[in-house]
Amino acid sequence: MRFAIVSPTRLRSSLLMAPALAWLTALMVVPCALVLALAFFRRGIYGGIEYTFTLENFGLVFDPLYAGIFLNSARIAGTATLIAVVTGYAAAYAISAAPRRLQPVFLFFAVLPFWSNYLIRTYAWIVLLNREGLITQLLRWFGYTGETPSMLYTEGAVIAGLVYNYLPFVILACYAPLSRLNPELAEASRDLGASALTTFRRVILPLTVPGIAAGAVFVFVLSIGNFVTPALLGGGRFQMIGNLVYDQFLTANDWPFGAALAMALIAIMLLVLMTQALLADRAAGRAAEAKGDADG
Amino acid sequence: MSEPRTLLAIDCVSKNFGRVTAVDGISLDIRENEFFALLGPSGCGKTTLLRMLAGFETPNDGRILLDGRDIARIPPNKRPVNLMFQSYALFPHMSVRANVSYGLEMERLPAKEIRSRVDAILATTELVRFADRKPEQLSGGQKQRVALARALVKRPRLLLLDEPLGALDKKLRGAMQLELKRLQHEVGITFVIVTHDQEESLVMADRMAVLKDGRLLQCDTPHAVYEHPADRFVADFIGVMNFVPGKAAANGVVAANGARIAGKVPAALSPGASAVASVRPERIRLFPSVETANRTTGTVEALAYQGLDLQLHIRTPLSPKPFLVRVTADAADRRPVSAGDTVELGWDAADVRIFAE
Repeated sequence: MRFAIVSPTRLRSSLLMAPALAWLTALMVVPCALVLALAFFRRGIYGGIEYTFTLENFGLVFDPLYAGIFLNSARIAGTATLIAVVTGYAAAYAISAAPRRLQPVFLFFAVLPFWSNYLIRTYAWIVLLNREGLITQLLRWFGYTGETPSMLYTEGAVIAGLVYNYLPFVILACYAPLSRLNPELAEASRDLGASALTTFRRVILPLTVPGIAAGAVFVFVLSIGNFVTPALLGGGRFQMIGNLVYDQFLTANDWPFGAALAMALIAIMLLVLMTQALLADRAAGRAAEAKGDADG
Repeated sequence: MSEPRTLLAIDCVSKNFGRVTAVDGISLDIRENEFFALLGPSGCGKTTLLRMLAGFETPNDGRILLDGRDIARIPPNKRPVNLMFQSYALFPHMSVRANVSYGLEMERLPAKEIRSRVDAILATTELVRFADRKPEQLSGGQKQRVALARALVKRPRLLLLDEPLGALDKKLRGAMQLELKRLQHEVGITFVIVTHDQEESLVMADRMAVLKDGRLLQCDTPHAVYEHPADRFVADFIGVMNFVPGKAAANGVVAANGARIAGKVPAALSPGASAVASVRPERIRLFPSVETANRTTGTVEALAYQGLDLQLHIRTPLSPKPFLVRVTADAADRRPVSAGDTVELGWDAADVRIFAE
């Protein structure tokens, strides 16, 4: 037997990390590994799992029916991301332009919805969008008498719910680089003859892209896997991958296929996250390289 | 020689932010091809005035005439005026060349002309080697030159410089003062510089304006401001001055100890009014060999050796603060003094300036 010689600092940092690592291993790594393993088995005839190896489940993921749901989810998540980024960036811009002492107040209001439960917030949208909901009543109050189209259980409702829930992330992610931006940069651009729009396009936007990217990835990844919002606001008519996975496990009783779908979803999320991390890393690397150059 | 042409006329301009008046009815003429300095302590309104010239603030009152045209309400991107920012405000995501080209691209000039003009200004400011670098790869002095090149390449009628040397260390600042002056001569553009450093404006400016609390105290050549300050504040702010407080009398000021300081009393000062007589350290002679109108004896309290000259702090019965006297190293060698020595001081009536207290 061999005794490893561990320095006290190494030992201390290992000890400090141990609880978190144990937590992550037990509740994240192990379940994921189990689900991954599940995906390689066959579904039993009366449900349950037949323990014979197969790649069929992954093949089925690429079936046009299911691939279509993936694409649909990506489209809905993409639309939600686009709307959230545009409105969130505008809000962050307005907050960063407000007087310094008011900025924390506005930020507080922007993240306020987070303090209530996700489900309750989503139910609130049902109250808003219902055929006899708040929006319809408001229209009536203004004298509108005609038929109101059903707003609930539409793709628009799902997108609205997703945007609403993830908008604060975008505001916070975009506010950080905007508030750090030296206001003299925009003034210098104006001074050199640029219009306000050109100043935004050529100076402000390029310098705040990292915040936009971080916010966008956040919204996209959380939206594409979301199943509560499409279930409640889409009325089950607009299936996203999250709902499909849920159905495979709880309705169709096809755990292996559900597992394969879940793995495909995780793969998409990892791909998006890694791409963003890689790009951010490269940008940081370039900056560090430039710094080193100046010092040398 | 004909009278130099007025390029910029600031006419009774005022600016207030809420209840605070930053600029209070300032009128100034800035001449073509002049190196003009706006000088004053922080909060005197000089930066607000500069920002109004650049177009970032709009005056509440008054006119700003450039070549006779009122530009007070024209946005910054539409006036032939450029500002070099105190923070330099270089675009961090663009190379030096892209930073300098930016302003010309906004004018939609042909690419060929942009290239040749940028090349020329990079050569003038000795930045050719750094053209492809990003701002963060530059030293403070290089950044300052990029900011200058970026503004100069536009060939503005007027170049505004906000504390351009503030971020540089003392030695580099001295070199850059002369460099700026040389460049200004070379490009033939009118410079207006804002500074709180009186020495800087004395060295660089053709004319200077001293501001305090949003008001103009004096506007003249550095020599005139130094030799004939308009009031006690200017006398104290520009250079070093010895003050003797007392009461105005005929042909001088009577100090607290009864001694009379001879000098020309301004007409506005009636006899008996609180007044202060002042004299520059370099005008005071130690052990005067000739007869001088003003004389006193004092005790040397401290000596500060400064290479070229020696600064003496001398306690006299004339004022509560010790007198500051500058003696050349040469004179100090001929008759050495040390702390505790009793010395005789003398200065002429013509070197005395008298102000209302």
